[in-house]
Amino acid sequence: MDGQARFQETGASLRSMGYGLGNSTRIWKHKGPTLETTTLARKEWVAEMDRIKSHRDQSAFAELFAHFAPRVKAFLMKGGTSEALAEEVTQEVMATLWTKAEMFDPARASVATWIFTIARNRKIDVIRKQRRPEPEELTWGPEAEPDQADVLSQQEEQEQLARALDKLPEKQRDLVMRAYYGDLSHSEIAAQTGLPLGTIKSRIRLALERLRHAMDTP
Amino acid sequence: MDIKHHLTDDVLVEYSAGTLPEAFSLVVATHISMCPTCRARMEEFDALGGTVVEEMDAMPMSDGSFEATMKRIANQPKDAIKMDAPTKRGLFPKPLQDYVGGDLDAVKWRPVGMGVKQAILKTSKDASVRLLYIPTGSAMPDHSHNGMEMTLVLQGAFEDEADHFGAGDVELADEDLNHTPVAVGPLDCICLAASDAPLKFNSLLPKVMQPFFRI
Repeated sequence: MDGQARFQETGASLRSMGYGLGNSTRIWKHKGPTLETTTLARKEWVAEMDRIKSHRDQSAFAELFAHFAPRVKAFLMKGGTSEALAEEVTQEVMATLWTKAEMFDPARASVATWIFTIARNRKIDVIRKQRRPEPEELTWGPEAEPDQADVLSQQEEQEQLARALDKLPEKQRDLVMRAYYGDLSHSEIAAQTGLPLGTIKSRIRLALERLRHAMDTP
Repeated sequence: MDIKHHLTDDVLVEYSAGTLPEAFSLVVATHISMCPTCRARMEEFDALGGTVVEEMDAMPMSDGSFEATMKRIANQPKDAIKMDAPTKRGLFPKPLQDYVGGDLDAVKWRPVGMGVKQAILKTSKDASVRLLYIPTGSAMPDHSHNGMEMTLVLQGAFEDEADHFGAGDVELADEDLNHTPVAVGPLDCICLAASDAPLKFNSLLPKVMQPFFRI
């Protein structure tokens, strides 16, 4: 099979999957937005992102900054970064949010998720001093407006995940959080806790299984 | 593409968290470029990362940090916003082309004997990654592993004691697996393989040659 055919095939199968609309490969399966959860939704930040995108609205940016910057800073410091460097990297992350606002697609990720990926990439670049190989971007052709069902679905998923994470036994929740703080690889967590690598991996697997189960049963 | 062997949750969590060594991240990013299933799983793990950030107890920013951020934005060079030029479609997905400096025809192969060729790609030193070219019917030298090895098939197929791996499939091997992959099928096999430790060869000659070829 030559490369051209391979890519065409991949593209076709992606389109036929109805990507992003509850396809079967999503692991945090959830039932989709319901009236109650939608009206109870905590602030989802998509409107603020829209105001930045379309009007370069500084007050919307200030709101996002007030909420996310202190969380990103805390997240970086949990990963072992000094306060001074965490402050600097957080400012860069928020500046990137402003500059690349057009690239945020609310049908594919929540605002928190998008900010997490920016922070993670800055951390790899500035703190670990490595390159970050990213998967090839999918091209979907021009799309006027993101599908509102997809947008809601992303925000709903974020909330369900937060609830599911809170319900995990403390040790498992702690391990998942630590895996994401990113100071330690799984083998380094093993060395630090004195637990065998296999135990760390199976605990993380168990935690992910519980998360999936919680996402399956609303 | 009919992909049967996917990335594990452990690996995807480490990729999403950004703790995987660069060499392994390249294999992961290349596989995800070929595999809609693992792309969807990666996005879910990124969503978990977003949830972790959302759940953090706030750490106050320094005085004047908002103004400092607006200043950073004003001082950003214009080309920082520029998007990458689209990559020419070929055998290699974009992340791999970025490391090779092009597609298959840009690879600087070096022979390692028995018709097998390799090209080591430059990454951070905590792990290594290389392209392997194995003529169909040929075997890689019999070896076991000190650490973890991740092998992604880009073209052709290989078989070892464990299973059959075709284009897009990824094999994860650790110290327990002592295997002899053999390239099978009509096409020569091209793989992208990362490892976090030098391979141990079980016959004398390759062991002597190991320092020269960095495998």
